[in-house]
Amino acid sequence: MTMLGDRQQLAYIAAQAADARVNVELETEGMTLNIGPQHPATHGTLRIIARLDGEQVVWAEPSAGYMHRGYEKLTEVRTFPQVTALVNRIDWLGSFANEVPFILAAEKLMGVEAPSRAQHIRTILFELSRIANVSLFLGDLGVQLGAVTPVFFAFRDREYVLNLIEAATGGRFHPNFDRIGGLKDDLPAGFIEETRVVMKKLRTFCDQIEDLLFGNEIFQSRTRGIGVIPKDVALQYGLSGANLRASGVDWDLRRDQDIPMAWNKTEFKVITHPDGDSFARCWVRLQEVRESTKIVDQLLDTMPAGPVMAKVPKIIKVPEGEAWVSTENPLGEMGYYVVSQGDQGPFRVKIRSASFNNISIVPWLLKGVYVPDIITILASLYFILGDIDR
Amino acid sequence: MFPLSSTTDTPTEAPRDTVREAALAQVLEALGANVVDSLLKPNDDIWIRVTAESWRATAETLKSLGFTYFGFLSAIDWLPSPFGKGEEDPSAPAVERDSTIKQGYTGGDTRFQVFARLVQPFTTLGINIKVDVDDAVMAVDSWSGIFAGANWHEREAHEMFGIGFNGHPDLRNMYLPTDFEGHPMRKDFPLLARIVKPWPGIVDVEPLPGDDSEEGEAS
Repeated sequence: MTMLGDRQQLAYIAAQAADARVNVELETEGMTLNIGPQHPATHGTLRIIARLDGEQVVWAEPSAGYMHRGYEKLTEVRTFPQVTALVNRIDWLGSFANEVPFILAAEKLMGVEAPSRAQHIRTILFELSRIANVSLFLGDLGVQLGAVTPVFFAFRDREYVLNLIEAATGGRFHPNFDRIGGLKDDLPAGFIEETRVVMKKLRTFCDQIEDLLFGNEIFQSRTRGIGVIPKDVALQYGLSGANLRASGVDWDLRRDQDIPMAWNKTEFKVITHPDGDSFARCWVRLQEVRESTKIVDQLLDTMPAGPVMAKVPKIIKVPEGEAWVSTENPLGEMGYYVVSQGDQGPFRVKIRSASFNNISIVPWLLKGVYVPDIITILASLYFILGDIDR
Repeated sequence: MFPLSSTTDTPTEAPRDTVREAALAQVLEALGANVVDSLLKPNDDIWIRVTAESWRATAETLKSLGFTYFGFLSAIDWLPSPFGKGEEDPSAPAVERDSTIKQGYTGGDTRFQVFARLVQPFTTLGINIKVDVDDAVMAVDSWSGIFAGANWHEREAHEMFGIGFNGHPDLRNMYLPTDFEGHPMRKDFPLLARIVKPWPGIVDVEPLPGDDSEEGEAS
C-alpha cells in the first residue's frame, strides 16, 4: 500500500509540474472567482473564493459561517435529553446518526447501557440514515457533473428509506428518537418485512447508479485522477469516512471500535480504494450503501426480543466527568466530547463534525486544479453545510 | 461501569486495559517532566495535561509515537456561567451564583484550557491532551505546522474563546463578522436570545391554572 501511495504522490507532483510549465509559457492575468454562497454544488451556503491564473486555481479558500447556529453554546442551556433535538440538525440528511454518539457519550458518563434490542434498532436506523444520506449524494453527484437522470432515481429510492424512518420514528428528517438508556419506542408492526423489501430496492438502485453513472465514460474522465489526496495528508487533516478510505486507509469505526452498538454482530466489508481521487471517493460511497443494506438485512434476521429502554431515572442527572464518543457517520467520524459537572445539562460539548475536517483540506486540494474540476472535487468530498458550521 | 439497567449483564469487575496502560507508559516516558497530570480510564480513554511551554513539543513527540491522526482541537472555559441555564425571568434581579472554577479530568490552574485529541490510526487508541492557558498571556503555541488539520480548529477556538495561537499563519474569523466584539463561547458571554425573552421551556413546570396541587409535584 505504501508503494502505491508513493507512486500516486509522484504522479501528482509530476502533474503539478507539467501544469506549472504551461503556466510559464502562457502567462495570463490573475482573476478572482467567487463560487457561492448560493451554488448548487454546495448543499447549502458555502462560499469558495478562488484566485485563478487562466483556467487554473492558484489559491482557494472556503468561507464558511453562513449557517453557524452555535450549537455548542446552545447545548449549555439545554438538558441532556433536549440536546438530541439540536444535534439532529447538524447533518440534516442523516439526522438519526447525529444523535447516537451524543447519547452514547451521556450513557457512558452515567454508566447505563441500552438493552440489546435498542442497540439493534439504533444500528438499523443508523444505517438507514446512512443509506438515505449517501443515496442522495449519488444522485446529486450526477447533477453536478451534468448528468440529470441519476437525481430522479436517487430521490425516488431515498423516499422509500425516509418512509421507513418515518414509520419507526415519526419524523422523516429529524427523528429525535434516541433516548438516554434506549429508544423512545419499539418498531411498528410490519417494519421488518417492509425494510427487507426496501433494501432489495436499494440494491437495485445501486446497480442502476453504477451502470448509469460510474460506467459512464464522461463521468470517469471527469473524476479519475482529479483531486488526489495521498494517505498521509488525509490523516494529517483528520479526514474521515469515505474520503479517508478512498485514499487507501482501511479504517472504519464501525468495525474497529468497541461501542455498545450492534455492528460487531454483523459481517460487512470495509470498502477501500487505493487511488484517492474523486472517482475513488464516489465509488467507495456507492459500495458502502450496498454494504449498509446488507448490514440492515443481517440485523433484521438477528433482532433480539426484549425491552427498548433501560431503567433510567425520570429526571436525568449525568455524573461529573468527561467522555468522548465518536461513530462512523455517513459523512465520516462524528464525535462529541461531553463535559458534565453533575448537572441536568452538559457543561461543555465539543462537537467534532466530519465535514469540518473534510473541508479544511480544500485550500490544499484546490491548488493547481482547473476550474471545472473545482465542482467535481467539492462534490466528491461531500459535505453538508450544517455539518461544517454547526 | 455499574449499569443501572438490569437487562444487560456486564462483568462487575472492570478488566485491566493493558493496551492503554502500555501506551500511557510510553507517552509518559517520552514526554517526561512536561506532563503535569495524567489519567487512564480502563477501556475508555487517556487524558494528559502538559505544561504550556511544551504544548508544541508534545504534539511533535506524540506524532512520532504514532498518534498521527488529528481528531480535534478546542478550548474549555471552566468558569460557571453567571447566567445559569438562562431560565430565570430576565426582568427579575440577578441570582447570586457560585463562581468557583472546578476543572475536569487531570485538573488545571486556569480558567481556560485548550484541549485536543490525537488518535493512532487503524486503532481506537486516542489521547486527550489538555493545556492551561494563562489568563495574562491568553495564548499557546500553534499546532498548525505539525498537524495541517489544526489550522481551522485553532481559528475556531480563537474566535470563540479569544485564545491566541502563536505561530498560526492566519487567525481570521471563520463564522463571525470581522468587527464582531466578544467571544461567544466564553461563559460570561450572554446568550442574547435568553435575555430578551424568557425561555418558553419554563412553562412546562408551571402549575396549570386552577390546579391547586403543590409546586414541584408535577413530573
